[in-house]
Amino acid sequence: MLLQISHLTHYFGGLCAVSDFNLDLQQGELVGIIGPNGAGKTTIFNLMTGVYRASQGSIVFQGTELVGKTPNQITDLGVARTFQNIRLFKDLSVLDNVRIARYARIKYSPWEAFFHIGRYKREEEQSIINAMELLSVFKLEEYAEETSKNLPYGLQRRLEIARALATEPRLLLLDEPAAGMNPNEIMMLMEFIGWIRKQFNLTIILIEHQMRLVMGICERIKVLDFGATIAEGVPHEIQNNPRVLEAYLGEGAEV
Amino acid sequence: MRSLPIDKKSWLGRLKIRYEAILSNRRLMTILLVVGFILSFLIPRYNLVNQYIQLVMMYVGINIILATSLNLINGYMGEFSVGHAGFMAIGAYASAVLTMQVVPDNLLPFLFPIEVIVGGLGAALVGLVVAVPSFKTRGDYLAIVTLAFNMIVKSVFENIEAIGGPRGIPGINRLTTLPWTFVWTVVAVWVIRNFVYSNFGRGVLSIREDEIASDLMSVNTRQVKLLAFVLSSFFAGVAGALFAHLLQFISPRVFDILKSTDILIMVYLGGIGSIAGSILGATIYTVLLEVLRPLGMWRMVMMPLLLVLLMIYRPRGIMGLREFRWFVPLHDLLGAHWWRRKKEASHAAAD
Repeated sequence: MLLQISHLTHYFGGLCAVSDFNLDLQQGELVGIIGPNGAGKTTIFNLMTGVYRASQGSIVFQGTELVGKTPNQITDLGVARTFQNIRLFKDLSVLDNVRIARYARIKYSPWEAFFHIGRYKREEEQSIINAMELLSVFKLEEYAEETSKNLPYGLQRRLEIARALATEPRLLLLDEPAAGMNPNEIMMLMEFIGWIRKQFNLTIILIEHQMRLVMGICERIKVLDFGATIAEGVPHEIQNNPRVLEAYLGEGAEV
Repeated sequence: MRSLPIDKKSWLGRLKIRYEAILSNRRLMTILLVVGFILSFLIPRYNLVNQYIQLVMMYVGINIILATSLNLINGYMGEFSVGHAGFMAIGAYASAVLTMQVVPDNLLPFLFPIEVIVGGLGAALVGLVVAVPSFKTRGDYLAIVTLAFNMIVKSVFENIEAIGGPRGIPGINRLTTLPWTFVWTVVAVWVIRNFVYSNFGRGVLSIREDEIASDLMSVNTRQVKLLAFVLSSFFAGVAGALFAHLLQFISPRVFDILKSTDILIMVYLGGIGSIAGSILGATIYTVLLEVLRPLGMWRMVMMPLLLVLLMIYRPRGIMGLREFRWFVPLHDLLGAHWWRRKKEASHAAAD
């Protein structure tokens, strides 16, 4: 078992954002979480990555409890994520964006950094090589020196995934990767996600609004509404589940 | 960084090629440093320039240290510290007390570097404490914390009678010389530049860009903030120690919020997030204040006016996030380029 979330509950003041969320994840799975706006999907990612501290429940990743750990510790353990609205380091170069994500992999001490001695030079050069290799896998190497805010939208999305993978994760959390994409781009994104999953041996949790994407690639889907899990199953079960239709389209709707 | 193609035939193009060739030669920087070091001995020895200009040169050096160290917090980390003079005060007082009360007079010239380091360490220790609130607050709120810190330091020194209280410490030996100022300025700029171009320095930049994303990309933000504050306050302390032994008189009032504002102006004039900018900013500000001295009262009208104009036409300062090429380590400047060349070479070999 790679990840075991049990009875995860979170309150913002009196508002229950997530209630009793459970998820068991095997190595290599691709699971989707869907739900209307405000259903608590992103909150679950924020709880898993330590941005918020869960009110109740536990998140066990490879035998380690994640609740109470800081975001950088959790990333260090092998959980990486992307963001719903792109959060690149805008004024820095594409290369530096990726190199920053290798922070925990570089081991030289502050003293070696102050005087550029010891392991400094070798590790810096290694970090550039690693980052460039990763960028070339994502076909971004020609933009390495470009300021990241100058990239077109699609490439920024791709860079964000590349940056997340630079932390060498085992579990990747994708928060609405298809936001703002047209159907054609979504098709390409589907192939892309399948490909990085194989290439980097990843387990993926995907939050998405685009039904086409979720139904197309997820093996299992969880549906949230107002923080509660209302359905769970393989894609075609979800498509015909009356509670899901109700949540998305309103009561009495027929499809 | 792609530049426009250069027309090799025009005189402007040729000039540009010549200029590029000079700029890309880093040995020149070493030569300039050695020449500067030798000059710093020769100038006071043979009075190559008059005493007054020598004094201004030393103030320029001290201000470069102050501006560069504050730029680490305000420019690179994107916080807004307004209490830099507080750290300076701690360095100044610690070293002045050593000079006046601890170290015997005949050993002073030899132990002066140690005193400066002690001053820096004292300030760094306090910097460690000021870094802690930065874990929880940022932006305007952290600015208030640093402002309060500056006031606390001032009133603490005002209330300790053993070090002169509000009257301060007069008659400190003049131990700051041109060579020492030169060495300390080079060391400060070099170490801060080294830090900026390291793993931790990239962490500092990522905190400025997006702190939450930075934390989620495995950057240990607390460690990075601690290091940045400690390094910044260490060099502020060093500058304070040099300042005390140049002015020969310190009092709490010297290190009030106005002094902090002076340093802020140098940083924002030169440009945030740029070592070269801080050097330029400190030099221009210090020299301009002296040059404008004949204007008397109007000096304090001209200087702010210049600042207002600068902020209108160059809101990010003279250098603003750009860096002089000599200061960027070669692997940072050319790393991607080298990698591509190596790739091409290995592809060519495979064919």
